[in-house]
Amino acid sequence: MTTSTVKTQPKNPAKSAYWAGVRDGAPFILMAVPFSVLFGVIATDAGLTLAQAMGFTVLVIAGAAQFAAIQLMVENASIAFVLLAALAVNLRMAMYSASLVPYLGAAPLWKRAFIAYLNFDQTYITSIARYEARPEMTVGERVSYFLGVATPITPFWIGMTLVGALVGQAIPDAWALDFIMPIMFLAMVAPMLKSLAHVSAAAVSVAVGLALVNMPAGTGLLIAAASAMLTGALVEIWMERRAR
Amino acid sequence: MNYSAFEIWMIIVIMGMGTFLIRFSFLGLIGDRQMPTFVLRLLRYTPVAVLPGMVAPLVIWPMATDGQFDPIRLLAALATVLIGVWTRNVLWAILGGALTLYGAMGITAVL
Repeated sequence: MTTSTVKTQPKNPAKSAYWAGVRDGAPFILMAVPFSVLFGVIATDAGLTLAQAMGFTVLVIAGAAQFAAIQLMVENASIAFVLLAALAVNLRMAMYSASLVPYLGAAPLWKRAFIAYLNFDQTYITSIARYEARPEMTVGERVSYFLGVATPITPFWIGMTLVGALVGQAIPDAWALDFIMPIMFLAMVAPMLKSLAHVSAAAVSVAVGLALVNMPAGTGLLIAAASAMLTGALVEIWMERRAR
Repeated sequence: MNYSAFEIWMIIVIMGMGTFLIRFSFLGLIGDRQMPTFVLRLLRYTPVAVLPGMVAPLVIWPMATDGQFDPIRLLAALATVLIGVWTRNVLWAILGGALTLYGAMGITAVL
């Protein structure tokens, strides 16, 4: 072996983390397109102007809550109720926010604020999976990766809302594109089921989520998630005690 | 829908600010301060605690069938999870789930 091997080009780690994020975020385009088109169609059908539909998508940038709000607005619910219900749907993201703290808490405030704006289901789940799998990532690399994941999906989410609002035609149900979302989220979660504690948490989440599905505006999901997190933590403690 | 333009914009702007504050909350306020061990333990299960509960109703009562149970969609969901656990690879799981979905839809369409 020679000691004078060609030195590999020192790559910019933040840059390569960004591009890894872009690559991992790209499949979500598939998922964003049918839902954003549908939002554009439903919002304009409900009587929103083009600017209002786009304002929704850019300012709120949270699919489930946007659909919930439009549905309530079509029913002429009180403004306070529309806001309360839609924000309740988004409360799960406070859990996302908290669980990102150990990984991103040390980043500068403005970067954390930017990440908060882009912190939706797809960017969160993709990034947290990467952070868990690679504890050696620096905070800067984690920020870059997160922004990378958001890069392909965000313009499609916004752009295809515009297409839906202008064209007024959703993608037909027969294409079964509705099911891209469950498949992609399950595909993200399944590899994260790496211990009995994780499996127990997921099982409790499914059971409670199904049992409380009729509770209003995603509150059932919050209870399901809280019980599942507690289950995971308790099973983890139990496993540690048993291992001793 | 009988809101004024001003009311609609108010809904949009307040929802946007509220959603941002929810997302910013802990990440913005806690920063790099140390959190208690038990809290960290709880938070470790956030992804596996939120997403399965969010997706399960969509699997059992799909949107596109107006909530009518569809064995094909359940089969596709199970295939996705099994392939994902087995291969530990997101793309294989997506591909396997989609192939199961469209494969089974194709077969039932032919029959």
